[in-house]
Amino acid sequence: MDHFLTEQQTMIRDLARQIADEKIKPVAAHYDETEEFAWPIMKILADSDLFGVYIPEQYGGLGGGIMDMCLVTEELSRACGGIALGYAGTGLGTLPILLHGSEEQKKRFLPDIAKGKRLAAFCLTEAEAGSDAGSIKTTARKEGDKYILNGTKQWITNAGEAEIYTVIALTDKAKGIRGASAFVVEKGTKGMEFGKKEKKMGIRASATREVIFTDCEVPAANLLSKEGMGFIIAMKTLDTSRPGVAAQAVGIAQGALDHALAYSRTRVQFGQPISSFQAIQHMLADMGTQVEAARTLAYAVARMADSGAKSFSKESAMAKLFAGDVAMKVTTDAVQIFGGYGYMREYPVEKFMRDAKITQIYEGTAQIQRNVIAGHMIKESLKK
Amino acid sequence: MNIIVCIKQVPNTTDVRIDPTTNTLIREGVESVINPFDAYAIEEAVRLKERCGGKVTVITMGPPQAETALREAISLGCDEAVLVSDRKFAGSDTWATSYTLSAAIKKIGAFDIILCGKQASDGDTAQVGPGISAHLDIPQVTYVKKIIEISEKTAKVERMMEEGYDVVETPLPCLFTVVKEINTPRLPSIRGLMKAKSAKPLKWTAEDIGAVPGLLGLDGSPTRVVKIFTPAPRKGGEMLKGDTSDISKELVELLKDIVTG
Repeated sequence: MDHFLTEQQTMIRDLARQIADEKIKPVAAHYDETEEFAWPIMKILADSDLFGVYIPEQYGGLGGGIMDMCLVTEELSRACGGIALGYAGTGLGTLPILLHGSEEQKKRFLPDIAKGKRLAAFCLTEAEAGSDAGSIKTTARKEGDKYILNGTKQWITNAGEAEIYTVIALTDKAKGIRGASAFVVEKGTKGMEFGKKEKKMGIRASATREVIFTDCEVPAANLLSKEGMGFIIAMKTLDTSRPGVAAQAVGIAQGALDHALAYSRTRVQFGQPISSFQAIQHMLADMGTQVEAARTLAYAVARMADSGAKSFSKESAMAKLFAGDVAMKVTTDAVQIFGGYGYMREYPVEKFMRDAKITQIYEGTAQIQRNVIAGHMIKESLKK
Repeated sequence: MNIIVCIKQVPNTTDVRIDPTTNTLIREGVESVINPFDAYAIEEAVRLKERCGGKVTVITMGPPQAETALREAISLGCDEAVLVSDRKFAGSDTWATSYTLSAAIKKIGAFDIILCGKQASDGDTAQVGPGISAHLDIPQVTYVKKIIEISEKTAKVERMMEEGYDVVETPLPCLFTVVKEINTPRLPSIRGLMKAKSAKPLKWTAEDIGAVPGLLGLDGSPTRVVKIFTPAPRKGGEMLKGDTSDISKELVELLKDIVTG
């Protein structure tokens, strides 16, 4: 389907695809197996300018938007959803600065991110604050011209590898979530440590660790916006990043579908390629249709975000929900088309199925997305 | 440091077929790409620029569509591009081609290093690089696999041999042809691709480069192609059967027959 990309977006998509095909595909199984962080690939992405596609030109980027970020994330995810997350997780950690940072903060942090010299991460989730993100316990106490952070963030993508962390912490516990604030914390800040590396079902090339703050002193100049804006910043960040998760899900689904389609044409049973059987053809048709529908929704919402729309929270939740469910369905069917071979780790599709699952969970579970969507629908109907 | 890279646009060799009646390459519908060996020369030129500073000028002789190859070279980090194109160049052999390129290089002006791929994947002669150095009367080192040291006046390189390598020191300016062991070419960057899109390669004709007319194209080419043919496919080997010691003796006799004729 023609999605009417601009010339620059076509260039970005083609280059991301070339990197995925030539550089990521040959090493995807290796990084899945070893769970190492794919620094050599990050270097290639940095040299190709792809880290800067969504960052304004005055901060060293290429001046595109969420749509451009989605195109890169999708193409990289076709080859490996885990390696793609090093890129997409940096986008998530960068958004709070991009959306709410001061001019000085943008000048300080964005150029290095745009060049791919430093990766970023977003720290919201805690052990007892997952879907219930309002229950975070990490605190930031103001002392003179700095804040003292205490608490533990959990399951942080890019933790340990990234150098720029945006952290949500309570500056006023009494106010609950309205007392939350957002900070930029740089790796190496005293009192900031990383927990053990999690062993995961999928996206194993991605680094997931705790980020632990013990009397960690952060300069007051690193407060984003003002005190009390933390939760709003977090929610706005997630609204903006969800089309990116949708794009990752679309990429994973497309990657699995590509494998399934190619395999169905070469696998011979009952004297003919299995692609000649209607049972397989109908599965392929459904998979192709679902992937295209998810992609179209993701692109539409990404463009809505780039248009400067005030609220796209409902649409963004819809894109993430739909694409995540499609990714799980399509990758499961891809394994089914491969049959017993699909279940074997020697073949590529079981990894796609493992990688797909997270897209129904992180940055808001599918159930939380439904809450968001229904909440907006009901609110809108009341206004009428 | 002024670096010149000579490249050639060739048919993508992963998909080349020969017309059995005319014995020529079927060029229709075959994608044109930068000669794979030249990609290593481009990469090495850009690395030299990053190492020593300076400028990389990429040059090709070919039809107008060879401009695509020059743009690709710019997307990979070359600074300027020159397309030497004229109907008078048609039918050039390696002698005429290297003469033409050397005339264009003289027009570019001062240079320290000329880099070429070791050979083109279509003609496979490996003669144009050395030919250019002869026409320019500068030293050449072929099959370079590593540039160890480089200063304003000299360079020390490793030259690949069948067993091992030579270490060669040469004064500059010099021409190197490079092998694929020298580096891993990078992918383009978005900024490079954007630069390539808006780049305007210089276009020089035979007159622009001040070439002597009789030395160009078919007239300037001493090579004559007498016959091109597809060799007959080899017959299958003869299988010897039986006891190992018997068939070894039989094999020795057969080999003797071949050797003694």
